[in-house]
Amino acid sequence: MVQGIQGVQENQGIQGKQGRQENHQVRDSREIQLSVQQLSKRYRTGEGVTSISLDVHKGELVTLLGPSGCGKTTVLRSIGGFLEPDSGDILIEGESVLKSPPEKRPTSMVFQGYNLWPHMTVFDNLAFGLKIRKVKKADIRKQVTEVLKLVRLPDAENKFPGQLSGGQQQRIALARSLLLKPAVLLLDEPFSALDAKLRHEMREELREIQAETGLTMVFVTHDQEEALSISDRIVVMNHGNIEQIASPQEIYDHPNTLYVAQFIGKMNFLKGVVSEGQVMVGKLRFPNSKSLSGAVWLAIRPEDVMLSSHGQDGLPGIVKQIMVLGHYAEVSIQLPEYGVIRAFQPRDAVKELNSGDQVYISFKKVITYPEV
Amino acid sequence: MRWYFKALGTRKIIEFIVLVIFVIFFLGPLLNLAILAFTGKWSYPDVMPTEWSMKWWAFVFKQEDIPQSIGLSFMIAAIVTGLSIVLCIPAAYAFARIRFPFSRFFLFSFLLTHAFPKMGLYVSIAVLFYKLGLMNTLLGVVLIHMINVLMFMTWIPTAAFRNVHQAQEESARDVGAGPFRVFLKITLPMALPGIIVASIFTFLNSLDEAQGTFLVGIPNYKTMPIVMYSIISDYPAFAGAVFSIILTAPTIILLLAAKRFVSADVMSSGFTLK
Repeated sequence: MVQGIQGVQENQGIQGKQGRQENHQVRDSREIQLSVQQLSKRYRTGEGVTSISLDVHKGELVTLLGPSGCGKTTVLRSIGGFLEPDSGDILIEGESVLKSPPEKRPTSMVFQGYNLWPHMTVFDNLAFGLKIRKVKKADIRKQVTEVLKLVRLPDAENKFPGQLSGGQQQRIALARSLLLKPAVLLLDEPFSALDAKLRHEMREELREIQAETGLTMVFVTHDQEEALSISDRIVVMNHGNIEQIASPQEIYDHPNTLYVAQFIGKMNFLKGVVSEGQVMVGKLRFPNSKSLSGAVWLAIRPEDVMLSSHGQDGLPGIVKQIMVLGHYAEVSIQLPEYGVIRAFQPRDAVKELNSGDQVYISFKKVITYPEV
Repeated sequence: MRWYFKALGTRKIIEFIVLVIFVIFFLGPLLNLAILAFTGKWSYPDVMPTEWSMKWWAFVFKQEDIPQSIGLSFMIAAIVTGLSIVLCIPAAYAFARIRFPFSRFFLFSFLLTHAFPKMGLYVSIAVLFYKLGLMNTLLGVVLIHMINVLMFMTWIPTAAFRNVHQAQEESARDVGAGPFRVFLKITLPMALPGIIVASIFTFLNSLDEAQGTFLVGIPNYKTMPIVMYSIISDYPAFAGAVFSIILTAPTIILLLAAKRFVSADVMSSGFTLK
């Protein structure tokens, strides 16, 4: 996983706790390239987005992540000019672009598919935008050749899109956007139609291209793994609202809300209760850091679950299943009062373990949420 | 021999027989026509003509109204095709791109002209044309031809426009093209095969139209099919054969030229209502 730079959470008044001091300074000194302010859009179906605010810094790759219908594409299309928001503003390099049609905006978009025009060669596809900008012929040729090298398709110039594979087509689409040197590059699930291996490669390439070009990018995806692997910051969206904006690591370690905890990575949930200033689950006690009261949810990453065969202080459970997944194993444990919990264990640690064994579990780290 | 048929299988044999019947049915009359057109002398019970000649060709081209009718037919077909393109392509684009109430109903309504017996429709139109003074006018003939082709000319291009994906138009907007340029450089070229197919259909349909023209255009507008009626009734079959070939030739030439666009896909997608 690419380690994202620890970011600042601007939204919802939450301070990024984990951001290192020097990075705060680096990030703050960078200018804001794109600013989405109080953006709202409601469709007739009732879906849409409500008062979305988001700042993207120059050279940053920000991912909008959420399930389908959460409003991520609505935000992206509004930035690109393909949707007119009901209210709010969009500033690029400090200027409102809301009044401009897509062709006048300093943005460029790579769509999920059908990006290319099948009746034109790759060269003509790439040159189309440059010709409109009245770039000289010799310059067009030079730039197209360069960008094709950048996307690793130097010989594709005279091919038609129909002669290219899905991955190659998306690279050409990316190249076309890169040629225009947009202030903000928008990517609408550009790799979702590709197979897993290719998707992986394309992510890495995109990351490299971003490092090389220093472009500001807004990336939309419903794939949390993709978001975690490529983003500087992730914006987790749900039902038209932002749940959390933070670096991938921060989002993984400290999901702001129960929703984010459920959506990002694998997570176990146990019901607990606050008593005597502590969060309790069975015999286990944890500090009540969020000052909650009454019933609470405890979220525990599978890698934070510890197993032992004797520790009487833990929660007793019965091993249901052990799945060895390469270098680690996933152990399912049935807890009498709490249902099934999953634990990631080193492969060696489960050698002695059999299904049906009695184990006691405890947690390295828990995150608490009020019960809704 | 039996082993051969056995190896072939019943299915293949039946397919072959069907193919032969098909070929005889379709190409037989055409072959007969071609033979007739070049016949000098052919009397019963000879299987083939005893003398070949071009005299019927000379005869047909000597008739005064024939070259005229050929010119007229092509002119009308061109006007009809041109006007239908101007009228139907924007409509097709609207059907494909703009959501408006009852759009499916309107699209479906083009089928109406093909739902009734043609002659009944023409007679009622003729009544209307009398009142409007369109009988025996070029405009009247053109209009009656257009009624026939509205359906093809709207349905097929609608499907062609629908096949241009929204993202393809939006990408073009995205790289800096205004809506008009997008239509001209992206949408139209991508939909062109469908439009060409529909246009060829329109042209051929107009070239071939006889009933409506007979009712509305007579006596001033005698197109090729109309003239053919009189030739067939007034002269020997040889002259009719020559004229038939003249009438068929443009169809074959145009279809060959358009072979690259005419595919089952383009056609069938025009008849899929979405």
